[in-house]
Amino acid sequence: MINQEERNVKIAVEQLDFFYGQTHALNSISLDIKENEVFALIGPSGCGKSTFLRTLNRMNDLIPKTRVKGSVQIGGQDIYDPDVDVVQLRKSIGMVFQKPNPFPISIFDNVSYGPRAHGLKNKKELMGIVEESLRQAALWDEVKDRLNDNAMSLSGGQQQRLCIARVAAIKPEVILMDEPTSALDPGSTTKVEALINELKQNYTVVIVTHNMEQAARISDKTAFFLNGYVVETDETNQLFTNPKEKQTKDYITGKFG
Amino acid sequence: MKFQKERNNKSNIEEGIVKKVLFVMALTAITSLGLIAFFIFNEGMPFMIDYGIADFIFGTEWDPSNQVYGIFPMIVGSVIATLLAILIGAPIGIAVAVYLVEIAPPKVARIIRPAITLMEGIPSVIIGLFGMVVMLDVIRRLARGPLSEYLPAGYQTGYSVLAGAIILAIMILPTIISISADSIRAVPNEYKEAALALGSSKWQTIYKVVVPAAKSGVLAAVILGVGRAIGETMAIIMVVGNTVQIPEAGWEGIFAPVRTLTGNIALEMGYAGPEHRQALFATGIILFIFIIIINSITLVLRKKED
Repeated sequence: MINQEERNVKIAVEQLDFFYGQTHALNSISLDIKENEVFALIGPSGCGKSTFLRTLNRMNDLIPKTRVKGSVQIGGQDIYDPDVDVVQLRKSIGMVFQKPNPFPISIFDNVSYGPRAHGLKNKKELMGIVEESLRQAALWDEVKDRLNDNAMSLSGGQQQRLCIARVAAIKPEVILMDEPTSALDPGSTTKVEALINELKQNYTVVIVTHNMEQAARISDKTAFFLNGYVVETDETNQLFTNPKEKQTKDYITGKFG
Repeated sequence: MKFQKERNNKSNIEEGIVKKVLFVMALTAITSLGLIAFFIFNEGMPFMIDYGIADFIFGTEWDPSNQVYGIFPMIVGSVIATLLAILIGAPIGIAVAVYLVEIAPPKVARIIRPAITLMEGIPSVIIGLFGMVVMLDVIRRLARGPLSEYLPAGYQTGYSVLAGAIILAIMILPTIISISADSIRAVPNEYKEAALALGSSKWQTIYKVVVPAAKSGVLAAVILGVGRAIGETMAIIMVVGNTVQIPEAGWEGIFAPVRTLTGNIALEMGYAGPEHRQALFATGIILFIFIIIINSITLVLRKKED
């Protein structure tokens, strides 16, 4: 395993504030997320962890009357700079959502959606990307004979892995996951978790999870969010075995949440 | 026992009465539909069989004073006017729906939405007046000016299937807009988020994900528009020229004055003798069948959507 300190910082968040109208949803968040790291965000519902995740690919831009202060640098570039093209940004920051959300079209068309939207037309190349991405998402063997079937015919777990393949197909640098297993059964959850472990070879993964065991199983580092603040950030092992803050300790031992 | 039904409980009686009253009202609606269908078929069907169904439908001459009743030119007129209207109205209507739901800032949408509702309420005769004064003039100038050397004299009056189609397109716009907007609005937000998060632009998201996902509703909207267009009478009489003829094949044909099925009935019913009257009822049957087919298609599409 590579030493944590030797990796480059991929995402540097400094003094980030976020507002929904008058509501101050995030309070001066500062975090460093390193390359090829799985970074977990934990905390009770409404603590701001999903909001934070969505500031990293500017999905919050879609919600009217929201405001951002502070800076988010990804690969050294401030993504809230006015010159940043959001579409370009989202090509390099993939996102997997809580509820599997494949498009109601064929499996092939789902995975090739991104590359096509970015202008790739060559059938052969597309096929190559589709196969590679489905293999990365550990779904290839299950669907290789029915790539033309509607994605809606897949099970929930398969749909979520399809969504991961769809993200892998755009070859992002970072993958954001918003509680990707909360709608899945335990078997599918295990598969997706194994997959996340694979994905960190190639990507930086930031994952929001409700499930503390999951954070402990799959992540290298964990940040504990509460009421819009980051209470504590540490190596996952440290945070779960030896939390520095009382609030963290109370949360992970189940006193609230 | 406490939960036993009380036979004479006041609210139970009320319940029963309300149920029956509503049932009778529902029945009235269905009965009137049944009666209309019955009378049209009763009046028109015997004539159609006597005259020969094929001769009636495919006959190209309509001359009631000599007992010649062929309605093919009217069928062609209705079909061309409707198809042209859809060709013009559907893209515009769908575009407006997309704009309204996906792009327009809330302030603009607040102005457009009631405007569309108002548009739906404008009496067709008013739209017809607009057509007579404004559109006929424009088309006439075009037909007598730059296009005059290509068009026969009879096609240069401005009264034309094109004028009818434009009027119809305006009239079906509200239907197409409001129904497609509903189905576009019903596209799950998750699809949009997924598409945007994959780095597609807003426009790509709309035409690759949102509109395809709303496809069946949009199609239903267009077909309802067809139904409305084919049944429209007043406005189209005012601009379409009402000449019984089949337009020439080719682009010149859109400048030809034509008569529609609806126009045929409305124009002649006032002075028709007994047989002529039956022929007009038979025209109504053909129209009725068109509408039934169109509505069935809509129903099938709606079912598919669920």
